[in-house]
Amino acid sequence: MTEPASLRSRQPRFRGLEAGHRACQGCGEALAARLVTESAGPDVILTNATGCLEVFTTPWPQSAWRVPWLHSLFENSAAIASGVEAALKAQGRRTKVIAMGGDGGTFDIGFQALSGMLERMHNVLYVCYDNEAYMNTGIQRSSSTPHAAMTTTSPPGKNRMGKRHMKKDLLSIIAAHHVPYAASASVAYPQDLRRKVRRAMEIEGPTFLLVHSPCPLGWGHDGTLSIEIARLGVQTGLFPLIELERGEVASVMPIRNPVPVVEYLKRQGRFRHLFSDGDHRAREEREHLQALADYNIERYGLKGDGDDPLDTDGADTVRRGGPART
Amino acid sequence: MLEALEGSQAIARAVALCRPGVVAAYPITPQTHIVENLSKLVADGRLETELVSVESEFSAASVALGASAAGSRAYTASSSQGILLMAEVLFNISGMRLPVVLTCANRALGAPINIWNDHADSMAVRDCGWIQLHCANNQEAVDTSIQAFRIAEATELPVMVCVDGFVLTHTLETLEMPDQKLVDAYLPPFRFSRMLDPKHPLSLGTLVGPEYFAETRQAHHRALLDSVGAILEADRAWQAATGRSCGGLLTVEGPEDARIGVLAMGSLVSTFEEAMEVLPGRKKAKLIKLRAFRPFPDEALRHVCEGLTDLVVVDRAISTGFGGVLGGEVRSALLEMKKAPKVHNVALGLGGRDVPMEMWPRLLAVPKEVEGFRILDLDPAKLEPADL
Repeated sequence: MTEPASLRSRQPRFRGLEAGHRACQGCGEALAARLVTESAGPDVILTNATGCLEVFTTPWPQSAWRVPWLHSLFENSAAIASGVEAALKAQGRRTKVIAMGGDGGTFDIGFQALSGMLERMHNVLYVCYDNEAYMNTGIQRSSSTPHAAMTTTSPPGKNRMGKRHMKKDLLSIIAAHHVPYAASASVAYPQDLRRKVRRAMEIEGPTFLLVHSPCPLGWGHDGTLSIEIARLGVQTGLFPLIELERGEVASVMPIRNPVPVVEYLKRQGRFRHLFSDGDHRAREEREHLQALADYNIERYGLKGDGDDPLDTDGADTVRRGGPART
Repeated sequence: MLEALEGSQAIARAVALCRPGVVAAYPITPQTHIVENLSKLVADGRLETELVSVESEFSAASVALGASAAGSRAYTASSSQGILLMAEVLFNISGMRLPVVLTCANRALGAPINIWNDHADSMAVRDCGWIQLHCANNQEAVDTSIQAFRIAEATELPVMVCVDGFVLTHTLETLEMPDQKLVDAYLPPFRFSRMLDPKHPLSLGTLVGPEYFAETRQAHHRALLDSVGAILEADRAWQAATGRSCGGLLTVEGPEDARIGVLAMGSLVSTFEEAMEVLPGRKKAKLIKLRAFRPFPDEALRHVCEGLTDLVVVDRAISTGFGGVLGGEVRSALLEMKKAPKVHNVALGLGGRDVPMEMWPRLLAVPKEVEGFRILDLDPAKLEPADL
């Protein structure tokens, strides 16, 4: 008799991103990119903003990509994707274009090109791997960095408690473009992520996916804890998983048991300064972050009214990656 | 058939004759009429192309990059600040060896802001790895625009067609527009050897470390040097098809035994040609029209400078703190001559200052007046004495 695990390993599965690339252990972005390309299938053309993903997958003369892939600059992934898509249209080809970038290349420097791509209604799925800082250059704050997080350009000190500003609410800005489909996802919920990619792939027009992707180096946690921490990001309400259609919230992943944000914060070095004894500022910032999570739960109605097989506990099929939370 | 057309309109129609798959457009004076005319051709059903009206010049160049990599003939146009905003992408397009064609409606760079013609914009991206061809009149602008696609696709190098803003783009001239059949025969459909295609997945724009980087630069340099052949071939084939030549890399006119030469690019050449013909009491001089600025045709230049005692190089841009850009390059090219003419470098017509025909006799007096570099048409009354 064949074991289920062996059946699974023999199941043909398309790999857009091959193993053997040079990402760090526990890299959330590498996992997310593998899941995205796996779900999208072989008939795609990828564009990639400058960043870790570009660097660790294509050190000449090697490449980890099994699908056509184009990198140009930091801030033009959406614009070169627009050009690729226009060319495919001109040639009558049906191949789907997926543009990719990190949060720096999406929230910040590539923001204008992204807005232009969405406004012009290009048939492109844009995927932002959100690890909440400029990791490739060595952990600098971006507009996606959470409030109070430590980076090398938002260090805590006598006069500062990490990043002073809030994480940019990018999804709401995407929603204001009234695109057919936009969603957030997390590497801790691969089934949900796959479903969202497939959903976006079927839509003719601009779609957007924001994937929460832990960076062990930048967030200050062991590589084995990436999934665990990403899961807590969702279960605390700090990173809500939602779907938007034409700018309106269409569905959310309910939180079965909201977890206090300190459970998320205390596992990461980037929030270490929020736990220094006797610092009233640390307590205030922890309360501030809890209030932000509570606001998300309230705003998106994340608190389910009963157990749901697809809520944040039920949908979680990944139990590898670190000790279970106690 | 001869038609009276505005430069921009003629350039737009020439581009349309080349059947671009993707056109990326963003407005900037004085290039605007080109993208307006292309948009109208699309709206009227006279041009089948994916017209992408982008949100910046940066994205215009990026769209052209993506479209070219995906195997479509791609075109865009800009000027001045727009060229600078594109600069990062321009280096990328050439580094990836993508055959994009761009019209640069040459305009000054700010500050102070100035919308009129000089060559500061294309000179600022001199080292971006593109072929740069300058047009002396609107017929050349039409013909060079079409040749540009043939050159780009033969060499897998992008081509920048430089036309003087306003002087050419906004001027009506009687022009010969080629017909579609002729252009189709001259310019076969674009087939890109490294097209993005799921059936043959390639990674384009990968990270290249110190072990390979110098070699990529050498290959690019070699390709630009060798593109001389493609530029000459494209012009010869065009002449065979239409009877018109744009002058290959450079041309020289004037009496054989002239000892003074004047070298210029762009519409100034037409002004000086006219002056040579009509102004009375003219001195003997040769006029060298430089068409190819990149690749820089140093060998051809040395050849036409044989026998000259003085060469006046007319720049329409200034590298502040150095002098004329063209002047510097000509000087270094002529160093290898046994009996090189003395180079006198002047700048003229900066920021759209009019250069009338009457400037020609003054230029011929330059060898006695100018050592090194000088802006020739300055008005000292408008300057502080310390700035002179």
